Amino acid sequence: MAEKKFVVASFDDEAVLFPAVKQVRRAGYKIHDVYTPMPVHGLDAALGLRDTSLHTAGFFYGLAGTCTALGFITWALTYDWPLNFGGKPFFALPAWIPITFEMTVLFSAVGMVLTFCYLCQLAPFVKKDHFHPRATDDLFVMAIECTDKTNEGEVSDFLNGLGAKEVNTQIKETGWWIGSYADDKKPFQKQVQAVS
Amino acid sequence: MALTFRERFEIPKKYNTWSIGLMAAGLLSVIILFITHGSKADDHVSARFWASLLQNSVYFLLVVNAAMFFICATTLAWGSWALTFRRVTEAISACVPVIGVITFVILMVLVWGPNHVLYHWADSHAAEHDAALKFKSGFLNRGFFTVWTIITIVGWWLLGRKVRHISREIDNRRLSVEEGKRYIWNNTVWSAIYIVLFALTVMSSIPWLWLMSLDSHWYSTMYSWYTFASSFVAACALITIFVVFLKNLGYLELTNREHLHDLAKFQFAFSIFWTYLWFSQFMLIWYANIPEETIYFIKRIGDGSHSGPYRGVFWLTLIINFLAPFLILMTRSSKRNYGTVTMMSVVILFGHWLDFYQMVMPAGSPDHMPFMLLDLGIGAGFVGLIMFVTAKSLAKHPLLAKNHPFLKESIIHHT
Repeated sequence: MAEKKFVVASFDDEAVLFPAVKQVRRAGYKIHDVYTPMPVHGLDAALGLRDTSLHTAGFFYGLAGTCTALGFITWALTYDWPLNFGGKPFFALPAWIPITFEMTVLFSAVGMVLTFCYLCQLAPFVKKDHFHPRATDDLFVMAIECTDKTNEGEVSDFLNGLGAKEVNTQIKETGWWIGSYADDKKPFQKQVQAVS
Repeated sequence: MALTFRERFEIPKKYNTWSIGLMAAGLLSVIILFITHGSKADDHVSARFWASLLQNSVYFLLVVNAAMFFICATTLAWGSWALTFRRVTEAISACVPVIGVITFVILMVLVWGPNHVLYHWADSHAAEHDAALKFKSGFLNRGFFTVWTIITIVGWWLLGRKVRHISREIDNRRLSVEEGKRYIWNNTVWSAIYIVLFALTVMSSIPWLWLMSLDSHWYSTMYSWYTFASSFVAACALITIFVVFLKNLGYLELTNREHLHDLAKFQFAFSIFWTYLWFSQFMLIWYANIPEETIYFIKRIGDGSHSGPYRGVFWLTLIINFLAPFLILMTRSSKRNYGTVTMMSVVILFGHWLDFYQMVMPAGSPDHMPFMLLDLGIGAGFVGLIMFVTAKSLAKHPLLAKNHPFLKESIIHHT
């Protein structure tokens, strides 16, 4: 990954944030992301993000679970080691449905959690840069990616005009790295101001 | 906001023609079926006529009654999303007294009349010499059946009417915050009372009495839940059809895709719930393999040596009530598509009608599955009746519960 330059604007009101997102997109600036302390309904649509495909993946994980369960039980109980349970046929499908169901749920649940972690780049010891510590507390933080042609001053003025509480330019790592907070000085190089 | 709403529903002429036409078709089917079967001296032949009436009336009564359950359950959960189309749900539940009377008459004829093929336990001579029926006679007897049926239908009607009244009484006055709190509390209390009656009837005793007693030697603890799931998912489908219909005519401006999405979620979820109960009932009986329990499925799908007459319908219901909604309504985009959801609603409504068909019909015609056309005709008659009464009720009151304290939540509802 690479380090990039961002113009970062913080908002303290949803009612200001939504028109701002709209204006910024209309002006043609590239929004890297908007960080919010809580899920904001409709923000994904306002940002023009496409729907996640996580559930499609979940369907196929579930299908894999169904096939695994049915396949294994069928192999074990009809071919490898047929057993007579109470005079039932060896291929006793109804009795296997609960296990098949459980395996379907298990596969899709675990698969979707892992896929979610992968998509969000979440894992133990994975570290990422943050734009503003108060994005987890009470501010909506919008990061605009700068290209060669971007005039930072113009962007800052534009964002101030849209009602941003705080605008600054930051150079941040867009990817992730492995580290632990004890050793890793990088995210804390600069003195973080305590929230008053 | 300077939005104007079409508050009054005007019944289109064509709509009334359709509903009356369907009712006429239903009446015609009843008459034909009465001539071919109902009027015959042989009780086993005329039972097929009564089975068809019983299936249709009970099914549609439980479906329109489940619309009131939908209102009360969402009220108790403080679920406000359904408020923009609440009047539609209310109007559907207003069919309860009409279909209730029809059902009551049919049930009374079956219990007190001379034909005991369907309700074998109602035949006092047979019950006296039958150890199982004798043992059950404290519950399965004509007196209790009649009294409990009256209490049930009148209870549904009066409590439903009360809930509808509470909703309509604030149409012409705005509530202050304090009044709003009292109003919500009042709503909650009456909904809770309705739910208690619902639990004592649809979720337990009524399916035992009306339907399970058709196989009076047999019993299943899943049966009532199974019937409830059937009727509730069908009610969600019916509500959806009416909502989409009104939207097509330009009413219900505040109801949008978000509400449709949630209605479709209900259909999806309760289709799976129905399957869960379907399967639980089937698997436990299949596994234990006790003759007195397996008799129910042998009559329908048969056993190893012969195949039952109803196996086609039996497996078809599993496909159109489970596989179809499960696969088709699974994705978000299909749940938000008016066409797909409407089509699935029709399929589900028909699928659960078919499910009731295989629940009731083997009692009237155990050896072969009767030709279904006339039963469908009677079903169409009930659909016409529901269309007629619902539209009448819709036209009488404003389409929007505009002073309900939670209405804003429903308008900005977002899934």
